[in-house]
Amino acid sequence: MVNDKSIFTINDFSIYYGNFKAVNNIKLPIEANKITAIIGPSGCGKTTLLRSLNRMNDLITTSRVEGQVLFQGVDIYHKDTDVIELRRRVGMVFQKPNPFPSSVYENVAYGPKLKGIKKKSQLDEIVENALVRADLWKEVRDKLNESGLSLSGGQMQRLCIARSLAQEPEVILFDEPTSALDPISTANIENLLQQLQKTVTIIIVTHNMQQAARISEYTAFMYLGEMIEFGETDTIFVNPHNKLTEEYITGRFG
Amino acid sequence: MQDTESIHKPFMLVRKKRFNLKQGFFLSLIRMLGFAGAITLFVILFFVAYNGIHVLSWEFITQPPVDAMTKGGIFPVIIGTVALTVFCMIIIIPIGVTTAIFLSEYAKPGLILNMVMMSIYTLAGVPSVVFGLFGLAVFVVAFNFGMSLLAGSLTLAIMVLPYIISTSEEAIKAVPNSFKEASFACGATKWQTIRKVVLPTAMPGILTGSILGTAKVSGETAPIMFTAAAFFTPGVPQSLFEPVMALPYHIYVLATAGTHIEETRPIQYGTALTLIVLVLGMNLLGIILRSRQRKKKAW
Ligand SMILES: Nc1ncnc2c1ncn2[C@@H]1O[C@H](COP(=O)(O)OP(=O)(O)OP(=O)(O)O)[C@@H](O)[C@H]1O
Ligand SMILES: [Mg+2]
Repeated sequence: MVNDKSIFTINDFSIYYGNFKAVNNIKLPIEANKITAIIGPSGCGKTTLLRSLNRMNDLITTSRVEGQVLFQGVDIYHKDTDVIELRRRVGMVFQKPNPFPSSVYENVAYGPKLKGIKKKSQLDEIVENALVRADLWKEVRDKLNESGLSLSGGQMQRLCIARSLAQEPEVILFDEPTSALDPISTANIENLLQQLQKTVTIIIVTHNMQQAARISEYTAFMYLGEMIEFGETDTIFVNPHNKLTEEYITGRFG
Repeated sequence: MQDTESIHKPFMLVRKKRFNLKQGFFLSLIRMLGFAGAITLFVILFFVAYNGIHVLSWEFITQPPVDAMTKGGIFPVIIGTVALTVFCMIIIIPIGVTTAIFLSEYAKPGLILNMVMMSIYTLAGVPSVVFGLFGLAVFVVAFNFGMSLLAGSLTLAIMVLPYIISTSEEAIKAVPNSFKEASFACGATKWQTIRKVVLPTAMPGILTGSILGTAKVSGETAPIMFTAAAFFTPGVPQSLFEPVMALPYHIYVLATAGTHIEETRPIQYGTALTLIVLVLGMNLLGIILRSRQRKKKAW
């Protein structure tokens, strides 16, 4: 399934914590400008795999990888890779909304400022753009100077999405982004993700099978560190090839 | 809200029934001990206030001592203590911040780190007079600062060191990991993350620690006795290299040296009261700041 539309190509890729192999010899292509969902029971390595795609796993000193992850054809684990640049182009949104304890504006301007953008007018434009794209502008345009922590849970998560969008990333990794939110905020975020996929490739880890079925184009099912099945979401949910996949999506374990 | 109340009520009833004699006895014992502590504090405060309040006046805190310190005010003495305190804080904040960043973010856990931390915490148990002698040997003599504001502030700062390092480290460790992750995910380097996310979040805690730590030592006599304190200076210090008068040392001098010990009793109490007010004021400030931060913390 590897083709020229793949923005990520994961080849024989394994991830260890010390001697423990959390992700075992995975092959997975990620198509650009599509939503790919990663599902699987707790502890199967979804987060581990996701965080290896922008090398956030580097922060865990015991972690180590084998194999290859190509991002637009370039091996991101090559020793010459600029990790900072990688993380700008492959953003991340976490399970628990985690805005900084600063203003809405400062939250979104954080990345651009790190990059060295100082001009107020330019920053204003970036912030507004990102908030518009994250579907938050209308709600916060009058409280840009209020603390990001004063927003509602769903708004905070969209703020985190805006913070990531401000870097103009090509990919955003989402690790269970709605598991801490109420159903309405969840629906908002799902709509937003479907909007965003026109411009950003989205990889989302989720425990919510309906969510994966609703919004994703491709689904990857993982079990005990292995990639059991990968394919178009419709196929995976309607006509899975593997027995484990079928058992998982019909809720017989998990 | 109402729901939770109606759920909890039966439990309250159960607990009341279980109340037994032994528990009741220890509870009242603990209450009594706590009460005794509060009473002792109150008695000391009352004793000093009762004896000192009538000498407190605008003149007392704004005029220098006169007539061999048997009359007049304690203005240079207050200024001396305030100066020692302020410079101690100016020295301690950057040291505390740097050490804490280093210890909690860069130093690899292991034998050496454990030994360093052990030594720092052991410092906290060293008697203050030892710090005084250390300051004398190092700052006054070896660095040739002489008996001076600078040598005294440095000595006090060293006394605060273990306290400020542990509170700063705590403040930095209390910064949620999720903030750091968010920062790294935005393409920040480790140093950028520390400077823009970790430090600003931990800063209120570090400042509070500095205030409380300095308050702890600002009333000490021993550390400044050989390093900074002057028996008498005609005015306020003009430079960092001059000795200063200081409240605790002034009380010590008036109460033990000279021929006017009885005559200056009221001034001694007035000075003690001023010192208590200053130290309590600093503590209060620190405690208020700390509780405001705790309330504000939404993460
Ligand atoms: N920092 C770590 N050190 C050691 N082992 C880890 C670490 N993080 C995760 N693991 C282990 O790696 C395996 C995969 O964990 P991971 O968090 O990727 O699972 P997950 O699929 O995201 O689970 P969940 O659905 O519960 O989030 C688990 O067995 C976990 O215990
Ligand atoms: Mg996970």
